[in-house]
Amino acid sequence: MLNYTIRRLMFTIPVLLFISFIIFLLLDLAPNDPTGNLPMTIPPEVREKIRESLGLGQPMHIRYFKWCVQFFVNEPLNIIDQWFNTCTWGCEDRLRVQSWATRSPVVDLIVERMPQTLWVVGMSYVVGILIAVPIGVISAYRQYSWFDQAGTFISMVGFSVPTFFTGVLLIVIFSVMIPSDSMFWFPSIYDTTHKVTDWASFGFQIRQMAMPVFVLALYNAAQISRFMRASMLDNLNMDYVRTARAKGLKERTVLLVHVLRNSLIPVITVIALGVPQVFGGAIITEQVFKVNGLGQLLIIGIQGADIPLVQTLTFIFAVLIVLFNLIADVLYGILDPRIRYD
Amino acid sequence: MKLRTALLGAAAAFALSPMAAQAERGSDGHLNIIYWQAASIMNPFLSGGTKDTEAASMVIEPLARYDENGNMVPWLVNEIPTVANGGISEDLTSITWKLTPGIKWSDGTDFTAADVVFTANYCMDPEGGCQQETKFSDVTNVEALDDLTVKVTFGKPKPFPYGPFVGVESPIIQAAQFANCMGASAPNCTAENFGPHGTGAFRVTEFKANDVISLEANPFYRDASKPAFATVTFKGGGDAASAARAVLETGEFDYAWNLQIDPTILTQMAGGGKGTVVSSFGTSVERLMVNLTNPDSALGDARSTLEGGPHPFLTDPIVRTALSVAIDRNLLAEVGYGAAGKPTCNVLPAPAIYASTANDGCLVQDIAAANAMLDEAGWARGSDGIRAKDGVRLSILYQTSTNAVRQDTQALVKQWWGEIGVETELKNIDAGVFFGGDQSSPDTYQKLYADIEMYTNNFAGTDPEAYMNSWTCGEIPSPSNNWLGSNMPRYCNPAYDALAAEMGKTSALEDRARLAKAMNDLLMQEGAMIALIHRGDVSAHSNTLAGVKMNSWDSELWNIADWTRQ
Repeated sequence: MLNYTIRRLMFTIPVLLFISFIIFLLLDLAPNDPTGNLPMTIPPEVREKIRESLGLGQPMHIRYFKWCVQFFVNEPLNIIDQWFNTCTWGCEDRLRVQSWATRSPVVDLIVERMPQTLWVVGMSYVVGILIAVPIGVISAYRQYSWFDQAGTFISMVGFSVPTFFTGVLLIVIFSVMIPSDSMFWFPSIYDTTHKVTDWASFGFQIRQMAMPVFVLALYNAAQISRFMRASMLDNLNMDYVRTARAKGLKERTVLLVHVLRNSLIPVITVIALGVPQVFGGAIITEQVFKVNGLGQLLIIGIQGADIPLVQTLTFIFAVLIVLFNLIADVLYGILDPRIRYD
Repeated sequence: MKLRTALLGAAAAFALSPMAAQAERGSDGHLNIIYWQAASIMNPFLSGGTKDTEAASMVIEPLARYDENGNMVPWLVNEIPTVANGGISEDLTSITWKLTPGIKWSDGTDFTAADVVFTANYCMDPEGGCQQETKFSDVTNVEALDDLTVKVTFGKPKPFPYGPFVGVESPIIQAAQFANCMGASAPNCTAENFGPHGTGAFRVTEFKANDVISLEANPFYRDASKPAFATVTFKGGGDAASAARAVLETGEFDYAWNLQIDPTILTQMAGGGKGTVVSSFGTSVERLMVNLTNPDSALGDARSTLEGGPHPFLTDPIVRTALSVAIDRNLLAEVGYGAAGKPTCNVLPAPAIYASTANDGCLVQDIAAANAMLDEAGWARGSDGIRAKDGVRLSILYQTSTNAVRQDTQALVKQWWGEIGVETELKNIDAGVFFGGDQSSPDTYQKLYADIEMYTNNFAGTDPEAYMNSWTCGEIPSPSNNWLGSNMPRYCNPAYDALAAEMGKTSALEDRARLAKAMNDLLMQEGAMIALIHRGDVSAHSNTLAGVKMNSWDSELWNIADWTRQ
């Protein structure tokens, strides 16, 4: 297993380099212009100078090489320096990956966005799982009961109604129609400067997270509960279940110890594969509630043709996806002793 | 509920009225502003985006700015220099600004002429990529005569020398803070670019790029009783509709900027009684650019250039007039713009002294007259209803950027042109590509590989000279100048160029106005452009916020120091 993991990790290095090059190529070939969003009052000659000051005059392979050095060498060095408060080779004039729109290091922007994305999108993932697993279990155990039918209906709704609809619907109900002095009123705009210092501010944090988390959790729960249900149904008809019942085990033990454990194996893989999406943020929901996390950062970067930002963000997503694929594979091996990679 | 609120409000007003007389800095608490396009940076020299220049306008200020009527008002100086008061030299090559004494930066140090000189050098540095460089065009030297006097010298006579240090795009930054940020190192000064020291009413306490800015009242602000608000949150994100909702429906925010949404939705939201929609009109005009050169793809590189030859039918003035007369501008304004647009026949609709009335005939749609004109000129309808003459069919490719209002306009115009026997093919292009300067893309607005294109343009400030120069022969985009140039119709008329040259030598305001009107009339009557809508800016503020003076000539937040809570 260890050998397998190391082999896979070694293999990810060329894969990621290749991915970074493809992303760079795609962004470079796509028609975009970082000065495209400027007011029309700025004349074309000045725009040309701005593009040159951003380094767009250089040939493509040089720009790619520069990005690689900045991202793979300078950024890690900078992190080391910040952790240990040191100054390794030339920390004074070390070039970091700079966003074109904000003229600040891209990695700092990403770090600034992490808290709200992890709080809102991460929490919605956790809540989604916590809802989905019991629903999946009960739906499978009582297949075609009213509970199963209701669960199927809700997950279909969660799966097929887009978040930009549910989000705005919730805002209209809970922010507009309900008067703002009522306890059922929720803010429609997420305050990223809010700091949790006591119970009252914690309560406010819960309130402002409530609507975006609900919208996203509904979507996540819909997906996972379907997987859970299908996996449970597969296992309930297995011979070992009949054996367990024949041994005289309690139904509770049969269901929660034997069947659930075995059914969770594929579901955990699905959950692990979904984690990178948490870091990717939820572009639409973040826009609807102005959470301004990583998803919103990416979409602003794309709209403003902020290539270093988009390049770095998409590459980090690629790293996460590759990593979590590996984690899912390894988890699978650990959870299911029948599977051996060596 | 409403009555109770009203009574409480009245009671509060009574209780507070003695206090109001001696207003105090920070007495009105917190102000929430939402700009749905989030601010990326607080340095307008590194980002010309409106969202960024306006965010910065709360902190850094120019020497003079424009009020809501487009008049110049002294801001960090006591009076506007003119030839009459000796501030502008007789030969129009220099202007001398006298700073108001006693102004301090938000870090407590003195504001001096050295800061003004530094700002000019900062922007004029060739390696800095300064986005407001045009403000400093023709400037040869900026020097401090003493601590409070700055002299700007131009390389040629400047009849309108109010480019540098006037208006939202040309504020003063602090020399001490930005000293190490000159030229190529300008973009690396993250801390400075995110939190510039300023002379304005507020200063930055926390800047989260593309998200939110927290500000507090500047303790060194020149008026001890202002600003009324102690702190400001400047939030970004979402879209125009949700920003409008946050002010007009949920009441979470006090001010929302740039609400270009469906007019009926906006009216409906405003009906809630929580806020007010405000609009103002600057110089933005949505217009059709008529390609006077041949865009035929068979011409290869000579496509849409003077070398490629004239357009097969748009060079006929009758056709251009007919196209203009067939459009119902009132309906376009009503459908697409509501409070944010009114019909116009001029490419230069404002300020009032420059607005011509000679072309107002086009305000009334007249399909019958358009048809009659074309019949008379020999453009006869074929069996498919499309007019043709000498084998040339009136078939138009009409392009614009992707935007719901523009596509509605396109559809309506296509229908009207169909009624006069003109075939129209519509095309829309992503705004980033259309307005982007990508040389390899065939779809940029400069290349104009189409017969007609539509977009909005405007000019900053109130002086139209540079803007009107856009349509001189030298400004025609072509491969030889890398398609840089703003004369999209490829209009070239020696009479027009002569008027432009004369304006460059004229300084009296009335004469400049006469020339500008004449140039506008020439463009309109020759049909190089078809003006459609005079577009305004629309914002909304909460009913509890007082003092908002909507301004299209400067930052919408230009007088934020005077805003109060009612």
